[in-house]
Amino acid sequence: MSEEHKESPESISRRKFIRNTGFTVGGLAVGGILGSLLTRQDKDSNNGKKDTHAEAGNFNEALMYFTPEQFRITEAITERIFPEDDLGPGAKGLGVAYYIDHQLAGDWGFNAREYMQAPFFVGEKVQGYQGRLKRRNIFDIGLREIQNHSMAVYKKNFTDLKGEEQDAILKDFEGDKIQLTTISPSGFFQMLRSATLEGAYSDPLYGGNRNMDGWKMRKYPGSQMAYTTIIDKDFQEVKPQSLKSHMNH
Amino acid sequence: MARKLPKVDVVIIGVGWAGGIIASELTKKGLKVVGLEKGKERKTEDYFMVHDELRYALRYEMMQDLSKETITFRSNEKIRALPMRQYGSFLIGDGLGGSGVHWNGQTFRFLPYDFQIRSQTIEKYGPNKIPADMTIQDWGITYDELEPYYDTFEKMAGISGEENPLAGKRSSKYPTPALKKTKAMELFTDAAKKLKLHPYVQPAANLSESYTNPDGISRAACQYCGYCERFGCEYGAKGDPVVTVIPVALKTGNFEIRTHSNVRRILKTGDKTSGVIYIDETTGEEIEQPADIVVLTGFVFSNVKLLLLSNIGTPYDPNTGKGSVGKNYAYQVRKGNAVGFFDKKKFNNFAGAGALGMILDDYNGDNFDHTDLDFIHGGMIILGQTGQRPIQNNTVPKGTPSWGPEFKKTSLKYANSVLTVGGEGSSMAFRHHFLDLDPVYKDEYGDPLVRITYDFEDQDRNMAKFLASKCADILKEMGADQVDYMQELGPYDVASYQSTHNTGGVIMGSDPSTSAVNSYLQMWEMDNLFVVGASAFPQNAGYNPTGTVGALAYRAAEGILKYRDAGGQVV
Repeated sequence: MSEEHKESPESISRRKFIRNTGFTVGGLAVGGILGSLLTRQDKDSNNGKKDTHAEAGNFNEALMYFTPEQFRITEAITERIFPEDDLGPGAKGLGVAYYIDHQLAGDWGFNAREYMQAPFFVGEKVQGYQGRLKRRNIFDIGLREIQNHSMAVYKKNFTDLKGEEQDAILKDFEGDKIQLTTISPSGFFQMLRSATLEGAYSDPLYGGNRNMDGWKMRKYPGSQMAYTTIIDKDFQEVKPQSLKSHMNH
Repeated sequence: MARKLPKVDVVIIGVGWAGGIIASELTKKGLKVVGLEKGKERKTEDYFMVHDELRYALRYEMMQDLSKETITFRSNEKIRALPMRQYGSFLIGDGLGGSGVHWNGQTFRFLPYDFQIRSQTIEKYGPNKIPADMTIQDWGITYDELEPYYDTFEKMAGISGEENPLAGKRSSKYPTPALKKTKAMELFTDAAKKLKLHPYVQPAANLSESYTNPDGISRAACQYCGYCERFGCEYGAKGDPVVTVIPVALKTGNFEIRTHSNVRRILKTGDKTSGVIYIDETTGEEIEQPADIVVLTGFVFSNVKLLLLSNIGTPYDPNTGKGSVGKNYAYQVRKGNAVGFFDKKKFNNFAGAGALGMILDDYNGDNFDHTDLDFIHGGMIILGQTGQRPIQNNTVPKGTPSWGPEFKKTSLKYANSVLTVGGEGSSMAFRHHFLDLDPVYKDEYGDPLVRITYDFEDQDRNMAKFLASKCADILKEMGADQVDYMQELGPYDVASYQSTHNTGGVIMGSDPSTSAVNSYLQMWEMDNLFVVGASAFPQNAGYNPTGTVGALAYRAAEGILKYRDAGGQVV
């Protein structure tokens, strides 16, 4: 694991924000949603990391669309799809759930540039997506159904399951092993999978690929102006750059 | 009532490669030309933030907004066509320069065989070699006749490359030297030579050095940044209408471009067109632009749609085989591929250019004997180094899970150690592959969408398997530790990306009863209307189409000038 990753400002602002704003004084005063966040933050802080540097202040790491529960389920799912390992962070460490949240809040979530006119018919597989639901509706329903299936099988919240149990739930969706009337379980799973890769590898501008760690793990140099000096050479590692670096020019 | 503007000499519908070339050639001769473009203006400065895979490659920044207009698709006439609600199989370009902005720059000349495929196939293999429902046709023009126009296009765009040893004769060399050869390309070259094949560096519109073209346009060299396909070029190094032919036309003072101008009808007066009706999309106003000559230079679907909506030409009827507008829709069979995984080699997969790669044509056209094969034609084989961007390139060996710890580990391991060798299969025309207007689904103005009826045939399935196994042989020779290759082509799927090489619908030929336009792309049924683009291909070759579209556009420009001088049919 790279040094950069160890220093990545994981879960930065929420915990500190909450701690610093006085909402947590006594903790109990807020209860409800914030209370559950705090509990979870305490768990997160048990992974031995020290707050060695000042608050990074990434104002982007807040929610535009998800409820906190949807966010937590998404974070847990995407981490199973793209887990942390000795090569580097997983989806959670890369901020993938923030990425997905932000995408759902915009054009992608609204299917804004897609043909959504009636009439809707069930088509052949080769005719592509024919549903009337927009991605944000599919996420609302899909995450709820993940939770329902988890309760039905294990009598626990998805986020409280062991890793292997979470995988079993996801495999049921991936393989259309459960019956849903509203959405395609496998379609939803594929959407989660693609969105996870997008969040891991898109420019950090979009809220994922935190600290360019997604790129670093695969030695992808991000946005470079030229490769004229290495194009005909053997493999070469190039220090990655994000689009932000172009803003200085 | 539409507001009527003063008449101009020529109105062009769609300002991409075809429209740009025709505008530059006609305005140089003093004709007054108006270019109507339904998308927005584009310029090199737009691409300051272009190295953004999500925005351009996955969210289709440069593509037509499907909420306004799409196509519908069905595999055959028995099932209900449904709209392509999201992008998949192909991407429809939008804006000034059209698909000529977001293309890769792969610039080929079709083989002499391609232009005379029907007659040469029958001559060599007998009439029974062509299945009864395969409606391939000769183009009404030979390679040698088209060669000078290829030459003009290549010099204008600054195409680089190595001479193809298995192709038609060239009147001159490529105007610029071949691009640099990567390690992967060298490996492919050595392996192909060992297999007694004929590899050459791909002809490219990504400039290998700074270049000034015959029109006096100077452009900078490609930097191998790895962002071509689906992206615009921030250097102007990629040959694109916006940095080549459009400025030439504008400089004459005879060309006016109107963006956000969506043409809805071509006006018909007797057997001539008198101009077009379009909507100014910024105001919603309906405007009539009269013209002496109308040139339809949209993408395949726009060309067919406007002809059908305007009642121009004879619509194709798949039951009788009569009529021509919508006939012989074809595509590209692009799935006959092999993937090689190297355990001990790493390549600069992140770097590249859209048309950087090695090609061989030993299995293309009729360059190999088909006597004992269950298909005709074939396709080029390519090892491309276009730049493997990370979201879309996570290929893992067969049997690897598609998510979870093993997927992550394996996809990272091979990120710079996987190479693809692909077959770019030709696409033959069939009687029941066609375009018409959908009876149900509408565009933003209430006009019907174009409906595609298309599927792969035995011809395609057999050819793709053949190409895939040849690709696998090459990768094995290259030393790949594992080689996976396509086993079965499966049905045509509009939801998975293959290529934007859609062709046909307004095909060219020498016989008005079997084609829509003559060899100058002039409508047989309307002398002052020219329809230019890949819509003119009677079937598609085993190459990318743009070089041929460019050549045809130069020829059409010549035809338009002939018509202007002499009138009538110019052939």
